[in-house]
Amino acid sequence: MAASQPKTAEELLARADSLRRELGDEFRDQMVGSLYQESRRIANLAVRGGGSGAASIDQRIDRLVTSPVFGLPLMLLVLSVIFWLTIVGANYPSQMLARGFFWFENLAAAQFETWGSPWWLTGFIWHGVFRGLAWVVSVMLPPMAIFFPMFTILEDLGYLPRVAFNLDWLFRRAGAQGKQSLTMAMGFGCNAAGVIAARVIDSPRERLIAILTNNFVPCNGRFPTLIMLATVFVAASFPPALASFAAAGTVVGVVLIGVVFTLLVSWLLTQTVLRGEASAFTLELPPYRRPSILRILYTSLIDRTIFVLFRAMLTAAPAGAVIWVLANIHSGGVSWANHISNFLNPFGSAIGLDGVILLAYIIAIPANEIVVPTMLMVYMGTGMMIELDSFDELRAVLVDQHGWTMLTAVCLMLFALLHNPCATTILTIWKETRSARWTLVGALMPLAIAFIVTFTVATVVRSLG
Amino acid sequence: MKLPHVAGHDCDNCPESARLDQMGVQLAKFDHLVALAGNPNTGKSSVFNSLTGLRQHVGNWPGKTVTRAEGGFSLAGATYKLVDLPGTYSLLSASQDEEVARNFILFGKPDCTVVVMDATALERNLNLALQVLEITNQVVLCVNLMDEAARKGLDVDVRGLSRELGVPAVPTVARTKQGLHELVSTIAGVVKGEIAANPNLRHRNTAVERSVDELVPFVESVAPGLPSARWVAYRLLDGDHRIRQALLSGELAQLAQQQTAPAAQSRGLIALEGAQ
Repeated sequence: MAASQPKTAEELLARADSLRRELGDEFRDQMVGSLYQESRRIANLAVRGGGSGAASIDQRIDRLVTSPVFGLPLMLLVLSVIFWLTIVGANYPSQMLARGFFWFENLAAAQFETWGSPWWLTGFIWHGVFRGLAWVVSVMLPPMAIFFPMFTILEDLGYLPRVAFNLDWLFRRAGAQGKQSLTMAMGFGCNAAGVIAARVIDSPRERLIAILTNNFVPCNGRFPTLIMLATVFVAASFPPALASFAAAGTVVGVVLIGVVFTLLVSWLLTQTVLRGEASAFTLELPPYRRPSILRILYTSLIDRTIFVLFRAMLTAAPAGAVIWVLANIHSGGVSWANHISNFLNPFGSAIGLDGVILLAYIIAIPANEIVVPTMLMVYMGTGMMIELDSFDELRAVLVDQHGWTMLTAVCLMLFALLHNPCATTILTIWKETRSARWTLVGALMPLAIAFIVTFTVATVVRSLG
Repeated sequence: MKLPHVAGHDCDNCPESARLDQMGVQLAKFDHLVALAGNPNTGKSSVFNSLTGLRQHVGNWPGKTVTRAEGGFSLAGATYKLVDLPGTYSLLSASQDEEVARNFILFGKPDCTVVVMDATALERNLNLALQVLEITNQVVLCVNLMDEAARKGLDVDVRGLSRELGVPAVPTVARTKQGLHELVSTIAGVVKGEIAANPNLRHRNTAVERSVDELVPFVESVAPGLPSARWVAYRLLDGDHRIRQALLSGELAQLAQQQTAPAAQSRGLIALEGAQ
């Protein structure tokens, strides 16, 4: 033995290899096998009883919730109920908040004038920065304060892994891994968190797919946008009794379109640049746990609602200022905002939108959640000064003054669902992949898809008249 | 910030010196390093939050904690840094979460590794506990979710478990903070050497052990300073590609150093996870 005493890493490995051969092929299985045997032996010694009440109730619920027949419809029903409650519950508080804020805006602006403050200062602070903030808070706060606690209850209950379980076969068909549906569920909360969650996927190929497609799940920041559009446009074209159901159904529909795109893009990636077989995995279904009320309120209101709202306000205030400046600096009798939106108009209308919406998207690149408020501020700033204190008036302004149609609303929802991830998510993709190339793909691929899809929809609808 | 109720229902008359103080992330220096390992969804994050007073997001689904979170607490004048590792079923595969957990237990040189176990699924949780015991003796078993086990009509003999494995085991219900005081005092006992841990690893095969015995001194001479040469020898014998590569590239020695350095990004990651 002294002759073969290893000194270097290579020699050590050679020695380990020869020892392994001496031990025989089956020793590895034996090692793992004896580990499991010992676990079973100790568990049998230490645990008595079982198989009574609670476990079988859990199993019975699981048989229903993850059943091949009822699993998916049940999931859609749960999702629809949550959106419906959010839409119905948020409508009135949103109007109240908006009314209060705009009342205060006028009051404060008038006060500034009596103090002799120059018009541009009053305008900049109250009709720019403050209005931006007011929009964000009144449009986003009520839906979030209702949606997040309900979402957190589902999470605490243990429903999310069941959703992943139900969707697993779809992901395997797409050549991706079933665990991707877990990262997707995480993406509903925040895409950046969903991208980080992709670490649970072992294979780098499948992990990359999960990272690149996470954006197709609408996140917290984009839900209020979708809910508002669904309420203002889709719901309004239904009789009042059905309106809220139509709005909820629309949001569910948009989420499903997102899932379809996730699967489609995953499949395309596995067929082209990220070829490979789907790897197997085990997904554990946790027991149903009674959610703790206080923790749900804390998580959903402080960690989620306030966090998202605060981030939106941080970006909305400067965006409001930028818009006010653009709308109030004129050259040739036309404001800069109008110049830019006129320039963007052909591109916008090609994809069913208009120049103002595109301008809003450009200003709102730091955070998706302020797209609609930004857009409204551009409209308000360039058009008549109107106080919007109800969704009906909002609809009237968009349709009558700015020529919106159902096509505009549909294209905007699709664009909101598919376009590039927010700056935070892009940064997270870079941190996770450490690759400029994949980060670029993660940012531009969704944008390209968004343009292609909205362009196709707009063209088809228009050609059908 | 003093929150005496965290000490649990079992400690209304404890002396002041036995009070647990949560320290959040304010940890310039610490006396002892404690790792929290365990299967996914066993309540590791609940244990972590109760001990440190932090609010890492707790979710009822596996794979939620994919990075390691750090926090601290103090007990009887000593400060402890607590590292919450990603939940894993084993330490043998190459997925990133398992590697984070494994590298820390191996090279982070924790003074104590707490294995949080799900009392309702002890057998599966024991797989990981046995693997951790192969790496280190300084282990405390935290048998969590005792309430769920009771609800399922399971009677878990925690003392018998401790006797069988040769390391201390503490029954807990982390959500209601039951048993957490006993847990921290047991951790303190192990860290100070007052509680001697003598793991019984009966499942070891004598022929394998002989080969491992032969390899250990060589591992120590090729990669000096490795905290667990024995475990590395096991993995080499098993033909673990990652460990082989790490040994060849000198990465093993580097890892040993890295783990003792503070994780620069962890605070940012906590904030991000908290904001899901």
